[in-house]
Amino acid sequence: MSIVMTTRPPEAPSNKVASFKPTLLQTEEHHLCPGCGEPVAIRLVLEVIEELGLAQKNVSIIGHGCYGSFIMTMDVDSTLCLHGRAPAVATGLKRMRPDVAVWTLQGDGDMTSEGLAEILHATARGENITCILLNNGVFGDTGGQMTASSVIGQRTKNTLEGRDATYHGHPIVIGDMVAAMPGSAYVARGSVHNAASIAATRRLIRKGFQRQVEKKGLSLVEILTMCPTGWFVPASGGADYMMESLGKTYPLGEIKDISASE
Amino acid sequence: MPMRLMDGSEAIVEAAIMAGLRFYAGYPMSPATELLEYMAEKLPHHDGVCINAATEIEGVNMALGAAAGGFRAASGSCGQGLALMQEAIAEAALNETPIVIFNMARNQQDYFQATRGGGWGDYRTITLAPKDLHEAVEHAQLAFHLADKYRVPVIFMGDNLLARTQMGTELPDLELEPLPEKDWQLDGTSGGSGMSRQIWTFGCGKTNNPGPGPSLHWERIATKFDAIAEVEARHEQGFVEDAETLVVAFGSGGKFVEHVVREMRADGHKVGYFRPITLWPFPGDALEAASHGCKRVLVFELNAGQMIDDVKLNVLDRKLVKAIGGVSFDESGLNLGPLMDAGVIRERIELAINGASK
Repeated sequence: MSIVMTTRPPEAPSNKVASFKPTLLQTEEHHLCPGCGEPVAIRLVLEVIEELGLAQKNVSIIGHGCYGSFIMTMDVDSTLCLHGRAPAVATGLKRMRPDVAVWTLQGDGDMTSEGLAEILHATARGENITCILLNNGVFGDTGGQMTASSVIGQRTKNTLEGRDATYHGHPIVIGDMVAAMPGSAYVARGSVHNAASIAATRRLIRKGFQRQVEKKGLSLVEILTMCPTGWFVPASGGADYMMESLGKTYPLGEIKDISASE
Repeated sequence: MPMRLMDGSEAIVEAAIMAGLRFYAGYPMSPATELLEYMAEKLPHHDGVCINAATEIEGVNMALGAAAGGFRAASGSCGQGLALMQEAIAEAALNETPIVIFNMARNQQDYFQATRGGGWGDYRTITLAPKDLHEAVEHAQLAFHLADKYRVPVIFMGDNLLARTQMGTELPDLELEPLPEKDWQLDGTSGGSGMSRQIWTFGCGKTNNPGPGPSLHWERIATKFDAIAEVEARHEQGFVEDAETLVVAFGSGGKFVEHVVREMRADGHKVGYFRPITLWPFPGDALEAASHGCKRVLVFELNAGQMIDDVKLNVLDRKLVKAIGGVSFDESGLNLGPLMDAGVIRERIELAINGASK
């Protein structure tokens, strides 16, 4: 084994051992903020889709939020639908194309504020779709306002002294609600705050899509994603802040797996 | 197909399915409820799906999803329900998803809603307003054809009378020009190809295949609607050549007016009728020609004055244009009122003629 000298500069450029860009992304570039968790979560979804052999057999229905810009880079058939309506649009498409994996990509503002009716009714009908929720407890795209998922005490631009349950209401824990309904097949909550949570979340996403392939019903994979800009914390502090705030209201783990109980 | 006695709603559903409708999602509201009921009954027998949506908003967005997948899809309600669908109708226009929206209206108060719309953006909505069931079963087919041809939302504007009157009807299979394959449909197969498909109101395209971006995209959409307006305006007229009085009405009102005008012609009155079949594009040039030389242009509509704006925009001397309609409901508030009556219409036309000559 040759010894790499560290006392002088390398003689040849170093090579990346592997590209980390998923095949289903047209470019690694994105315009989201430093420290954002969404690109990591989206990368996981695309990797899982490819792994499961669904690359030429899936359609994404994308909501409105920062992640929406990935409609320009994700190399899958996509539509960016009206705010909150992704599970409805997915329902129409899935009912007509039952053999295509149909998945939604929504933020917590999109799913729990604007689109609560759509996700709950899609679950009630047991629509065989996979819903990916990127939960950062804030409207990131508009610059940091309260969503229905903002946690108690969370400072946003319209809860300046922190979310107060008596004034702003309580956060909606959508994962638990969906899990409680008979139409859901799989509900889990992951996170992307460190390497271990990223690896674990990948498995949750995989199970979510598998339940759809098995035609078991609706799967919801909620992923806690860092939004340091929307939380007004330094980019490097997003991960710790997230687990101290959102992490306590939204504990990680599988909430329901219909296949495990069979 | 032999003539059958059918509810208007049933015949419209049969015609839509014959035209290839495979997905419907709706929410019950009088008088559009029967449309949903017949859809629920019949679509599953034609490889189709009918979903009882939780809201009109959910229903129309489901239809958008099915249409994005390449299938002929529709939603429907009355004007009150279409009010909730406005955002999605605009979205369909701006992201070029062909859908049909059935408005089985309670009255004629949805003219502005259909022709001006309540969504955002520079969009228009082709609106077909049949005068009776015979025309309605053709329009139910034409609506899907036009929607696919131009990748636009199309409104089918019916009413209570059309929805709930039983008529002996044939279901003629309209011969329409063949349309190209939907190479834009989201069937999920193009992932990883580098040229995956996209349906998006902002028209930005993808990294590998950039689109024009929002400003140029929306300009192109607006230009498309201008082109539609040039060629798709439809109308019906009668006795206009020597008419001193031209009566303009749409939908069921047009049928009533046509009847009254024929009666008055038989009695020697120089009256003609003009009926826009497409409320948008409004047949303005045809109305301008038909009203040429008239002493007065009377507008009969069961509302406080909506279509009259378009009539005034197209009759050269707008001072000749007079309203002879008005707000008129039955006691329920859900149905056409006593003004939709041949005798009353004739009185109002005669009053306008005689009043002017006094």
